[in-house]
Amino acid sequence: MSGDNIKIKICMGPGGIAAGGNDVIEAFKGQLTNQRINASFGEQCSLHQVGCRGLCAKDVLVEIIIDGKETIYENINPEKVPRIVKEHILGDNPVKEWIAGEDYDNFKKKQIKVVLSHCGEIDPEDMNAYIEAGGYKAAHKALTSMSPSEIVETVKTSNLRGRGGAGFPTGLKWELGLRIKSDVKYVICNGDEGDPGAFMDRSVMEGDPHSVIEGMIICAKATESHKGYIYVRAEYPLAVKRLQQAIDQCLQKGYLGKNIFDTGFDFDIRIFQGAGAFVCGEATALMRSIEGKRGMPTPKLWRSAEKGLWEKPTVLNNVETFANIPKIILNGGDWFRNLGTERSGGTKVFSLTGNIKNSGLIEVPLGISLREIIYDIGGGIEGGRSLKAVQTGGPSGGCIPAALLDIEVDYESLAKVGSIMGSGGMVVLDETNCMVNTAKFFLEFTQAESCGKCTPCRIGTKRMLEILERITNGNGKEGDIELLEDLGSHIRATSLCGLGMTAPNPVLSTIRYFRDEYEAHIKDRKCPALVCRNLITYSIIEEECTGCGACKRACPVDSIRGVRKKPHKIDPELCVKCGTCFDVCKFKAILKA
Amino acid sequence: MKKILEKILKNYYENEGNVISILQDIEENFGYIPEEAINWFSKKLDIPASRFFGTATFYSQFHLKPKGKNILTVCRGTACHVKGSERLINRILMELDIPPEEDTSEDGKFTVERVACIGTCSMAPVVVINGRVLNKVTLDKLFKEIEKLKKRSKYVRG
Ligand SMILES: Cc1cc2nc3c(=O)[nH]c(=O)nc-3n(C[C@H](O)[C@H](O)[C@H](O)COP(=O)(O)O)c2cc1C
Ligand code: FES
Repeated sequence: MSGDNIKIKICMGPGGIAAGGNDVIEAFKGQLTNQRINASFGEQCSLHQVGCRGLCAKDVLVEIIIDGKETIYENINPEKVPRIVKEHILGDNPVKEWIAGEDYDNFKKKQIKVVLSHCGEIDPEDMNAYIEAGGYKAAHKALTSMSPSEIVETVKTSNLRGRGGAGFPTGLKWELGLRIKSDVKYVICNGDEGDPGAFMDRSVMEGDPHSVIEGMIICAKATESHKGYIYVRAEYPLAVKRLQQAIDQCLQKGYLGKNIFDTGFDFDIRIFQGAGAFVCGEATALMRSIEGKRGMPTPKLWRSAEKGLWEKPTVLNNVETFANIPKIILNGGDWFRNLGTERSGGTKVFSLTGNIKNSGLIEVPLGISLREIIYDIGGGIEGGRSLKAVQTGGPSGGCIPAALLDIEVDYESLAKVGSIMGSGGMVVLDETNCMVNTAKFFLEFTQAESCGKCTPCRIGTKRMLEILERITNGNGKEGDIELLEDLGSHIRATSLCGLGMTAPNPVLSTIRYFRDEYEAHIKDRKCPALVCRNLITYSIIEEECTGCGACKRACPVDSIRGVRKKPHKIDPELCVKCGTCFDVCKFKAILKA
Repeated sequence: MKKILEKILKNYYENEGNVISILQDIEENFGYIPEEAINWFSKKLDIPASRFFGTATFYSQFHLKPKGKNILTVCRGTACHVKGSERLINRILMELDIPPEEDTSEDGKFTVERVACIGTCSMAPVVVINGRVLNKVTLDKLFKEIEKLKKRSKYVRG
């Protein structure tokens, strides 16, 4: 068979694409069809685009496998490709200085890949690759030799909890779904990934779409449903394309549609594209959106398991939740349960971003400490700065201060310190980040995304935002912190849906751990992290200024004066504090204070 | 226009679609949601126009005004925020002379949009320029790109 000896795998996850993965693929193609290379040789090589390998900070990652021997290169661009082809592929002499080093090894060490086991290994557009890697064995097993209640029992044993944020036990949800009888039932996969700053679900949908579909087939069997939807957010066109392709492949092969695996079981999946609204990640709003309405949550008088989409019983789970299912069915509930903690089984995928060295996509066993994630896997903070806090759970979550770094990561312990597990966003903040500004950022988001149906959320968050705005503008008043706490606790208690109930969390948790920063803004009119525009000034350090004029040219409001080769000056009256001069000065002559 | 609308209507019937999918089709074809299009569908389907407008304004994907020739989408997700996207967007708006409440420059050449995360967070801050993702953006990088676009639109008149 051709293409068996030499495999070239190019990372085309979200990071890989953004770093220019397509150009790297083209460069390899160009090299391999190069006339100087023997035609038959070119045929021994096969090029594979694979999903996210995790260490996006070093993208594009390229793996070369020659007769089973694997080599991983990091930071590859098209210019580096000819040398790799010449020296490594033709000359059997790997280019040592580009091989992924220590960071990559450390990054991998403490991870366990269950959900992501195929991501970065197989070509997501190639169904056979998925099947060769053991795909659809679980669906086959579930459909041919398990009863719905056996499947439900296995999932219950596994201790799998929903990965969409709330952590509801998946087995229980399915049990309820099975128990309720109805001629029509729905299975919905929530691929809305609303947390702004997270890309776990995107990576799974793009990197291993078949695993999501397989999980849904098994769920359909377990709950006796015949119709499924995948709700994907509008910002993820590639995920939509890959999922649709996977669905079409399944239909062709008889893995979806009528009479799956000749068992007489029917199941269809349709993709529904969201249109950009955070609240649509909430289960009831999502169903209204599929029905074509404004995505507003409805009070939970009934559980969705009884009356969900079009008032029919519906089981809704997150992308990652579904992607875990095939592995649980194949390896057993106990295996999965033992990977995690006593109260939550398995692993969790996180997207590790912000001011961290090895930013990327990671999967760790539940119960690992935050310190291990940040320092062992993440390689610590960029640029030798110090860690301030870790934000988890996105706009519904909170900030965990550096002092609490040794806590275990699971649903309960994160909740205890005032944050939440959420769907897996983990944003690292360092000394250059202002906590009040961060809280304001999240509230701006939730306030804008509030659907407006209930008063506490619509008006309460607006009032909180106004207070935060005045604090960051230097107009904060005595008592503002207490007012925020008071408003926050009411909004939490009285909002209709999870959006409102959790919206105050980023504010409350930053007040809890960083009250001094709030006070510095209010009492001293100072932003300790030098972020809040109205509370900082820019000036030029005369001794350092060489008079090159770079800042003068870059200033958008002509506030910088001076003649060439003489120290310049900033006119504080004109300065709008955009910080451009600070960025363009090569001599560190701009003082931010 | 009518032809396109007819086609969208056909799709709607064939694919058990709904209001959102009609709007998505309109947006895709015209780049925004023209009022005439909504009125046309409202009559054809006997759905009140307010239902279309209500839905269109609810979701951030839809625009009621035409967009500029070049579209700069600045990610305002958390990872990008932490890496300074707020400053980036303020500076771009200044550079392109777009007033704070607007999103399109007067000459119609540039639209600056915000998006809550495009899922490339490990490359933050991210700006999408006419569909191409620019990662680890600095002001310098951005100015160069804007310069290029300005030059180009000088030659392509309109
Ligand atoms: C405001 C809001 C936004 C949400 N966004 C998402 C989301 O983007 N993705 C997701 O899977 N769940 C989201 N959820 C949670 C869902 O309502 C639901 O609990 C979850 O999808 C159930 O799946 P699971 O049990 O597998 O976690 C959100 C909830 C709220 C209140
Ligand atoms: S936060 Fe900008 S891409 Fe995710």
